[in-house]
Amino acid sequence: MNISRKWLEAFLRQPLDTHDLTERLAMLGAPVDSVERSHAGLSDLVVGLVKDTQPHPDADRLSVCTVFDGQDDYQVVCGAPNVEAGKRYPFARVGTVMPGGFTIEKRKIRGLTSYGMLCSAKELELGEDAGGIMELATDADPGTGFLEALELDDECLEIDVTPNRPDLLGHKGVARELAAGYGIQFRLPAIEGDYPSVPAPVRADGAEGTTGGVRVAIEDPEGCPRFLGAVIRGLTVGPSPEWLRSRLEAVGTRSINNIVDATNYILMELGQPLHAYDLATLRGPAVIARRGVAGETVLTLDATERTVDGDMTVIADEDGAIGIGGVMGGETTEVRSSTRDIFVECASFQPSRIRRTRSSLGLSTDASFRFERGVDRWAAPDALRRCLEIILATAGGTLDGDPVDVWPEPTNPPRIFLRPARVRQVLGEEIPWEALEQYLVAIGATVVSKPDDGRMAVDVPGWRPDLREEIDLVEEVARMHGYQNFSSELRPFRVGRLPDAPSDVAARAVRRGLSAEGLYEVVTMPMHRGEGSESVPLLNPLSAEEAFLRRRLIPGLVREVERNWAHGVRDIRLYEVGTVFRMAGPGERPEEEIHVAGLISGRRHPRHWTDGGHSGDCAQWDVAALFQRAVALANPAATVQVEGGSWVAVSAAGSVVGRTERIDADAPPWAAPVYGFEVVLDPAERQSQRYRALPETPGSTRDVSLVLHHDATAEAVETAIRATRGTRLESVEVLSEFSGGDLPAGSRSVAFRLTFRDPERTLRDAEVDKAFRRILQAVQQQVGVAPRGVDGGAAGE
Amino acid sequence: MPTTRHDVVQQLQARLAGVDSMDEAALEREHVHVLGRKAGLLTAALKSISQLPIEERRTFGAELNQLRQRFESAFEARRRTMAQTVRSQEDDVDLTMPARTTWSGGIHPVTRVIDEIVEIFHRLGFAVAVGPEAETEWLNFGALNFPPDHPAMDMHDTLYLDVGGDPPEGERMLLRTHTSPVQIRTLQASPPPVRVVIPGTCYRNDTFDASHAPAFSQIEGLAVDEGITFVDLKATLIHFAHEFFSPDTKVRFRPSFFPFTEPSAEMDIGCLLCGGSGCRACKGSGWMEILGCGMVHPNVLKSCDVDPERYTGFAFGMGPHRITMLRYGIPDIRMLFEGDMRFLSQFGE
Ligand SMILES: [Zn+2]
Repeated sequence: MNISRKWLEAFLRQPLDTHDLTERLAMLGAPVDSVERSHAGLSDLVVGLVKDTQPHPDADRLSVCTVFDGQDDYQVVCGAPNVEAGKRYPFARVGTVMPGGFTIEKRKIRGLTSYGMLCSAKELELGEDAGGIMELATDADPGTGFLEALELDDECLEIDVTPNRPDLLGHKGVARELAAGYGIQFRLPAIEGDYPSVPAPVRADGAEGTTGGVRVAIEDPEGCPRFLGAVIRGLTVGPSPEWLRSRLEAVGTRSINNIVDATNYILMELGQPLHAYDLATLRGPAVIARRGVAGETVLTLDATERTVDGDMTVIADEDGAIGIGGVMGGETTEVRSSTRDIFVECASFQPSRIRRTRSSLGLSTDASFRFERGVDRWAAPDALRRCLEIILATAGGTLDGDPVDVWPEPTNPPRIFLRPARVRQVLGEEIPWEALEQYLVAIGATVVSKPDDGRMAVDVPGWRPDLREEIDLVEEVARMHGYQNFSSELRPFRVGRLPDAPSDVAARAVRRGLSAEGLYEVVTMPMHRGEGSESVPLLNPLSAEEAFLRRRLIPGLVREVERNWAHGVRDIRLYEVGTVFRMAGPGERPEEEIHVAGLISGRRHPRHWTDGGHSGDCAQWDVAALFQRAVALANPAATVQVEGGSWVAVSAAGSVVGRTERIDADAPPWAAPVYGFEVVLDPAERQSQRYRALPETPGSTRDVSLVLHHDATAEAVETAIRATRGTRLESVEVLSEFSGGDLPAGSRSVAFRLTFRDPERTLRDAEVDKAFRRILQAVQQQVGVAPRGVDGGAAGE
Repeated sequence: MPTTRHDVVQQLQARLAGVDSMDEAALEREHVHVLGRKAGLLTAALKSISQLPIEERRTFGAELNQLRQRFESAFEARRRTMAQTVRSQEDDVDLTMPARTTWSGGIHPVTRVIDEIVEIFHRLGFAVAVGPEAETEWLNFGALNFPPDHPAMDMHDTLYLDVGGDPPEGERMLLRTHTSPVQIRTLQASPPPVRVVIPGTCYRNDTFDASHAPAFSQIEGLAVDEGITFVDLKATLIHFAHEFFSPDTKVRFRPSFFPFTEPSAEMDIGCLLCGGSGCRACKGSGWMEILGCGMVHPNVLKSCDVDPERYTGFAFGMGPHRITMLRYGIPDIRMLFEGDMRFLSQFGE
């Protein structure tokens, strides 16, 4: 909403400081988004007094003027026919930058030097008149700022009005709030010009009435509860007077003609949208508010044919729809320069119907914006009278009969009961009855009585549709009391009954763990192109690229790897902890899981000169380790196994909850291979860890190289080693792998180190040797693997 | 004739002279040979004192003890010299060469901000609650006192999901536009006192540009109990602002509107960039909007079967992305959704 400082000053009848205004409006709940000076391009101009004017010796149409700016006289060559000695004009001195962007310079015109320029309205972009220079009806001293002298030194404040406060969508409402804040009175600004007094609208019986020969009817009382109208005949459509035009221009509304400007003035001042019809075009003549008929069309003011439906309220004459009620008028009944007689509409429309109408038509207007938030229907008669007064003052004509007020089911604004104890319960401070009363009166409410039960009966004003229940009044009390005036002392509290959500605790542990592994967390957009039928589609996606919710995290991470390659970055280590979605049954809530995924590519360690500049690239063994770590953190009950060329995590229930992947990406030739993993985060609470006693006896180790043929696996060997009972085996470790040499093709030798320990006593060498031999026998029997050579291990670890 | 006392002293003095040129192994052997507890020369000589005439014991004993001290300090000096030699050999290399490092990783700057906020509220007795990102219309709007067909919905440009079927009114699935549905879920699951903070991803139908993202995080707080008032709301959030920003951060509350709180407020802090004098970041006002808050609307408590006459509460919500951008001076929100290693590595552990 654009607000003019000068317009507010006219209401409050005192000068306002823009900075203070901004501060106060913020604290009242209507923060100022921006402040723009009106006519900022004219700030260098001054009032110039023409002391003398002589014809130019060498040019018939030019005159040579002596212009006084309060300090000096300047010779100015002027081509305007209307320049006259003793009068004041806008004067642009040498150096002034004009609205068009050019700078006034001293220049020779037909042999005489001109030091500046006297300006026309058109040159100052203040009107269309280019016929002569702008004669100023002011007695301001020469040299006074031009804007100041013409009272054009205004600021336009763009305020951010929350949807609950339609009353702030007009200057009157803002002035009312400020008056309450400053503790002063406010009054409607006077209308300039002569006009007869306009009688109060006359209430029609039922849903139909007449004014000036026009039948006014409501056939859709839900959509249009109240409809007022009036007829003015014999007016002259023309440009608006200066005061009206500058009011509108100050808030960024273009002046059109005196009739449209009058309705726009009321819109910006009182927040009531009105509409004027060319009476000659109304068939009947009648104006009827009724439901649209499916398939019916209306040619709206923006020259668009619109199809309406039965949920919309249309304005119709006897022959058909001529406008969309509360949204936009029609082109066929528009007021034109030739219009002599008009019908003025001032109506109320039902907010949610207007909202649905404008949204299904895709047509949001100043009128619909206000009606869907709620326009004060009790103030409609005053708005209509004021609009008629402005039209009569600026366009002449006469009112044909009393305005009519069709309001089949009149209502009153609600009465709400406020308990002072409730105020205290919510706000935490005792606010005396008198203060409560004072605050509520300040916002325009009427405190009706003091019922014996200690409640305050409050009749809320019609312009506050947001005040419906007691809590709404509590907020008004807090607002008027001033949020800053409440204590902010931290008091004792009871902690909640709930523990931290286990899934969040687990996610935090995963992040710490993977960051410690040298990976950076990334957060990617959860919307993707979709992967198969299980992806959840969006009904209204931003684009085809973001039409589905992600099923997995890896595709998003791969894009980030490619982004790094595009920047020439080769060493990439990323992970993400994020939500993924999967379709459930039709109409059902999609399934959600938190996944943990990581991608690595590039060197295993940062380059160091001691390596001679060579450090190997990450291989599958690196991602396997990260995967094991991620599974231990994210899904500790799962076990990691080898399956089909990669590692998978298998839950206790036997389902696959994670896997590693070799990633095929769009890689530049210098890029290293990319390895990834993804695992489901188990949201269950984690078992707390237990301490295991540290050994007090020494361990003994034995190393052995076993020859594994063909498909024998290290895992199978280890399983067989561990399965041998009664050996006091503590751990098995793979030391190295060797192939080639004298080994048969397809075979390899894998060195294992076995550690034995008895927690109670030191094992004797002979015992260890015996256990070691039993294990080797078992391995040979079960896996068919024999030692290549047995090495005696060194005692102790 | 047994070795005389004089011989013993002379022999020891000769050995003492040799200590200075011994290597590490010789030094250890010599230590054992002279000072060894079982068979060291000096040890044996000291033991033999008892067999001497009384008058000689004192002078000879003193002489031997002095020798022992000299040996000990000679050994010590030799050891120190040798250690210095090793160190000076190390000093010969160019220590300005780069150190050997390992990869460092890190938690995303937005997550760090969330963790920090959570930590502050942990200290104020709040626990973390979470909830699903796909929600029903009812939990995202209706239960939170959003009237149907109301302009308040314009503040929430919603992304709807196409899950098939024919869901009844209010059961249509959408991507939550705020974390507030978790308020409802929490209050329905646990009777007051409730004190939770709710971090999570939210979605809006916003074009991805420098200051808007269609998915973003939010962190929300909710406290419901008997006797909770607007004063507690202010006190808690001022405490948060002082902990998170700095103890002398200026804070102000001004009226606002959210359907699910009343009274509603915006909390501003003194501009972090200009300190309050007015700049482009704060639109010249000297203030920056940091969070929205208010007293829980009685209708919200009713939707959760909590008696609004007995219990009151406050709620607040803020955007960690914006706070992250402010804190680190990040100019474009899109950088926070990219895995650019050059960017992320600026925010190490
Ligand atoms: Zn600033």
